[in-house]
Amino acid sequence: MTSIPALKVEDLRKTFGDRAPLLGRARAGVQAVRGVSFAVAPGETLAIVGESGSGKSTLARMLVGLLPPTAGRIEIEGRALDTADPARFGRLIQYVFQDPAGSLNPRRSVRRILETPLKLLHRMPRAAREKRLAELLAAVSLPADALDRYPHEFSGGQAQRIGIARALAADPRILVLDEPVSALDVSVQAQVLNLLADLQRRMGLTYLFITHDLAVAEAVSDRVMVLYFGAVAELGPAREVFASPAHPYTKLLADSAPVVGRALRAPEAAEAELPDPRHPPAGCAFAGRCPRADALCRAQEPPLEEIGDDRLAACHHPLRE
Amino acid sequence: MLLGITVIVFLIMSLIPGDPATAILGAYATPENVEKLNRDLGLDRPMVERYFIWLGNMLQGDFGRSFSLNRPVIDEVAERFSATLVLAGTSFVLCALFGIAAGVVSAVRQYGLADRLITFAVLIGISVPSFFLGMIMILFFAVRLRWFPVSGMYAIYGGGDLADLLHHLVMPAVALAAVAAGVVARLSRSAMLEVLRQDYIRTARAKGLRERRVIFGHALRSAMVSIIPVLGLQAGFVLSGAVYIETVFQWPGVGRMLVDAILKRDLMLVQGGVVFVAAAYVLFNIAVDVAQALLDPRIKT
Amino acid sequence: MTAFLQRLARNRLAAAGGAMLALIVLVALAVPLLPLQDPNATATAERFARPLSEGHLLGTDHLGRDLLSRLAHGTRLSLAMGFAAALIAAVLGSVLGIVAGFLGGRVDNVIMRGVDMLMGFPYVLLALAIVAALGPGLVNALIAVAAVNVPFFARNIRGVTVALAGREFVDAARLSGMGNLRIMAVEILPNVLPVIVIALTTTTGWMILETAGLSFLGLGSQPPQADLGSMLGEARAALISHPHVAVVPGVMIFLVVMSINLFGDGVRDALDPRLGAGALTRPLPATVVDRPAPPPLREPDPPALLAIDDLRTEFRLGRRVLPAVDGVSLSLGRGEAVGLVGESGSGKSVTALSVMRLVASPPGVIAGGAVRLDGEEVIGAPFEVLRALRGRRVAYVFQDPQATLHPLYRIGDQLAEAIRAHQPMGARAARVRALELLRDVRMPRPEDRIDDYPHQLSGGQRQRVGIAMALANNPDVIIADEPTTALDVTVQAQILALLERLRRERGLSILFITHDFGVVAQLCERLAVMYAGRIVEEGPTAEVLAAPAHPYTRRLIACVPEPGAGRRRLEAIPGLPPRLDALPPGCAFAPRCHRARPDCGAGDIPLRRAGARAVRCLHPETTP
Repeated sequence: MTSIPALKVEDLRKTFGDRAPLLGRARAGVQAVRGVSFAVAPGETLAIVGESGSGKSTLARMLVGLLPPTAGRIEIEGRALDTADPARFGRLIQYVFQDPAGSLNPRRSVRRILETPLKLLHRMPRAAREKRLAELLAAVSLPADALDRYPHEFSGGQAQRIGIARALAADPRILVLDEPVSALDVSVQAQVLNLLADLQRRMGLTYLFITHDLAVAEAVSDRVMVLYFGAVAELGPAREVFASPAHPYTKLLADSAPVVGRALRAPEAAEAELPDPRHPPAGCAFAGRCPRADALCRAQEPPLEEIGDDRLAACHHPLRE
Repeated sequence: MLLGITVIVFLIMSLIPGDPATAILGAYATPENVEKLNRDLGLDRPMVERYFIWLGNMLQGDFGRSFSLNRPVIDEVAERFSATLVLAGTSFVLCALFGIAAGVVSAVRQYGLADRLITFAVLIGISVPSFFLGMIMILFFAVRLRWFPVSGMYAIYGGGDLADLLHHLVMPAVALAAVAAGVVARLSRSAMLEVLRQDYIRTARAKGLRERRVIFGHALRSAMVSIIPVLGLQAGFVLSGAVYIETVFQWPGVGRMLVDAILKRDLMLVQGGVVFVAAAYVLFNIAVDVAQALLDPRIKT
Repeated sequence: MTAFLQRLARNRLAAAGGAMLALIVLVALAVPLLPLQDPNATATAERFARPLSEGHLLGTDHLGRDLLSRLAHGTRLSLAMGFAAALIAAVLGSVLGIVAGFLGGRVDNVIMRGVDMLMGFPYVLLALAIVAALGPGLVNALIAVAAVNVPFFARNIRGVTVALAGREFVDAARLSGMGNLRIMAVEILPNVLPVIVIALTTTTGWMILETAGLSFLGLGSQPPQADLGSMLGEARAALISHPHVAVVPGVMIFLVVMSINLFGDGVRDALDPRLGAGALTRPLPATVVDRPAPPPLREPDPPALLAIDDLRTEFRLGRRVLPAVDGVSLSLGRGEAVGLVGESGSGKSVTALSVMRLVASPPGVIAGGAVRLDGEEVIGAPFEVLRALRGRRVAYVFQDPQATLHPLYRIGDQLAEAIRAHQPMGARAARVRALELLRDVRMPRPEDRIDDYPHQLSGGQRQRVGIAMALANNPDVIIADEPTTALDVTVQAQILALLERLRRERGLSILFITHDFGVVAQLCERLAVMYAGRIVEEGPTAEVLAAPAHPYTRRLIACVPEPGAGRRRLEAIPGLPPRLDALPPGCAFAPRCHRARPDCGAGDIPLRRAGARAVRCLHPETTP
């Protein structure tokens, strides 16, 4: 990437509860994100894939300033953001929540929800606001009379459109989409995904698309980043990563997804557990579940290294055909 | 927690307008006497220091001296507190048993006849002032029917055994328990209704368990998690209500003592009584917390 | 707001309480205008006049003062005191609660420590201490009662605020540029307000009792001024000789407090949104059955182990009736796995729960049809027969193992209980068997896990326990209601493999409820697709997936992205699933269907069978 990336993250870390309480001994903190670095080009969609405990939501909340990072650096269009102030982040990067019902205040009308960023982030005068509100509703294909209704009057898919409109109202460069369709019915998911694709094309937005669903990740993204236990396991072009995974964890994920026309097989014989996040193991976090793990894997954490054209993996013994 | 209570009592007591020495010696005290007493009482020292002196004395069992009764506060409070404990303890057991039973029946037979009757009784229970209930009971059961004695803890002549105590205890204990039982019943009902809707109750039924086991084994056990803290609050409630009931029934407990002491401005006695009762209440609530932790494995002890 | 008032007015008790309260308050407000005697004018000659005596409607007290007049003035004073104390406590407590709950951390710690200390006192004791310090008197009693109740509000409101502060809309407000103060005022307060109002209306009566109590003890209002409490206190001396002097104010306190309580309960019920859906009713042990005679037994071909026949289950919410399951027929052979596929609201879970009458009732009612197990009708069977079948022959595995296991029992005990519900067995034998079951479901280190509580297990382990529990009595049928939806993909694969292995080894029949075609394809040889309470297509899994006949099936399969195709546009289904209380006539999918023609909305469309396949469509994609 030669141009300035839309978003650049360097060695971002988050440890919860590592500060000593008022009384009593300090306990080891939970290491939710353990040093994540990546860059996203303008207009690109990067999918962030991970299961529960992978740290994907913590990462997302740090990116938009809702959580202060323990360490690391976030740069948007070449400028570093050093404070965790959502209002400063707000004009550059916005967030679309997983649960549309939970992310809309049930006691505020759609108008007031959408107006707030216009007023507070852009100090827009009233007349301009009215025009912008109409634009926003049209952009997410909601009728104009939606403005004076309340969130509970909308179905899940419609409510998520309101959530997207609110994020767009801040006129950001980047959208962090945190599982934006997983709370929706299957038949509505595709509508919302297509809407997001249209918006990206029209407005030149950069997306970070967080999901647990590999098929969705592949369908919407240019590149994909697989997280395991708070660190990047693999990063590369979406299609290649899933067609020929380099990290054994990526392969496990791909094999586990139920697919029409593929016989059922348990990719793992034994019950597999995540390591203890308070005391991460010395070596590779995946070593305990990995069929290829050896003494090196258990002793030394593998660095994220280039393994091919625009592909990175954190594995001592990457899979290659 | 216990420390906190002493701090609060101390702060409240130091709010008292005017000069304690004047209050003790009366309005005609000479300035020299006031000053001397202030020195004797340590009132010329800074507040924090005074607090620790006071605390230290209490830890050694020295709660000061009541001027109106002219005896050590600790003696009077200990004597009175045992009477209160008998009354409040009985009421507490009554309110817990009847309250929970009524709440469970009410929830299981929701909208049935039993539920309606209990709901109605509970409404009356929580709306009637306990002191008025006590007075009505005196009029009806003591004066009209002559079933129970009007007041007191023991008969003046010839009484003093356990039967006599129980005979005197029935009315005040019931009057005191009625209101608390209403509150417990209400809460138990809503806690049971809440629990009965949970998925794990459906699981229990899907297993084919007997309904009795579902209600008492699964639902009530979970409901107790929210009922027990309220029982802790009700202990405070019963101790509080005892103040009224002791006045109505002439029960020689700590509540009546406190009211008399306030009216006589015997502040040492008030201070000692409040700290003593509050401490007992805190200890009780610690026991409640332990019970809660035993019941609910999710609470880390 | 109007909905709230309507709900309040519908509640007859609350309306009665409100009316009585309004009357009392009006009279109390009008006291200075009413032709009452001087409440403090003594007339020793007329002391202790009985009620209805001349010139004194309610009689007189020990100083010959007119009781009616004293009652009116006393009520006015008591009401004013109670309302004032409640308001002060509510405002102070709510501010503390919102600030503590929203800001959290140190602020929260300091405020709540203070509140806990105040709550460490039995409340009257604290009030007594305050009155002792400030001296007896009306205002001091008011301060004492208000102060004692602040912690109650603070705790209550803090709890609600903490829950709200964790909600995503608060994060969203931050991202919209709001600061803490603005979020508290604009986002939090409106959501907390109903709780404050509920707490206020349900505690005002209580505070009136407390202020009256202090006055009763002689610590509140001072003579000659009297509120209801001090009237009672003064009457105590002559209680036995002249009870009416005590009864008059006593009954008044009772009426005031009861009317406030009735009204307060009504307000609470009307404001609590959970009551709107009838959610606070507890489910009965089995779903209510209200059906015409069950359909006659048709000789099944091939003989089915479990046969659902024209099942109708509806939710009766007041006057509204939602037909959740509208004439579903489905059979399950021995050792067969059938998938029931649909989106939320399609009726798939309600169908599954209806089999053993586990649909929550109220509001659920089985309004028609039959369920037969080996030809025996189950729906109409007596409860004890049904109970003996539950878990014994038909067992369930539910979606969210976090919510479906009892949180307070060790998993070993929960398993043993399931076994002993149907098999006479000692505790020790049941434990051995429980351990065996945990091994069967491949629980890692079962000896250590058997004494764990559910919260100590991971999601996948909990679901293994759920499956072990279902296997406890070697059932014939397992009904699995989205058993892997709450799990991670890698864990899902393990659980599916486990179910598949158990089915092969034990000849289990499985009815698998899911929204995921991928899962069905891997596990089930037959599937049925539901839409809006009806089965729209049924057939062997491979055939249906390869050539779906119903347009809904085809489009639903198409809009799920499959891996391996790269970045692309997805095939979306336009529109929204229909609401069950406003189903279009004819085909419910017609408004979203690209193949719909006028006749689709004309009338009922039957499920047409052709061999192993069936479809409910006039213009199917393929003719099966």
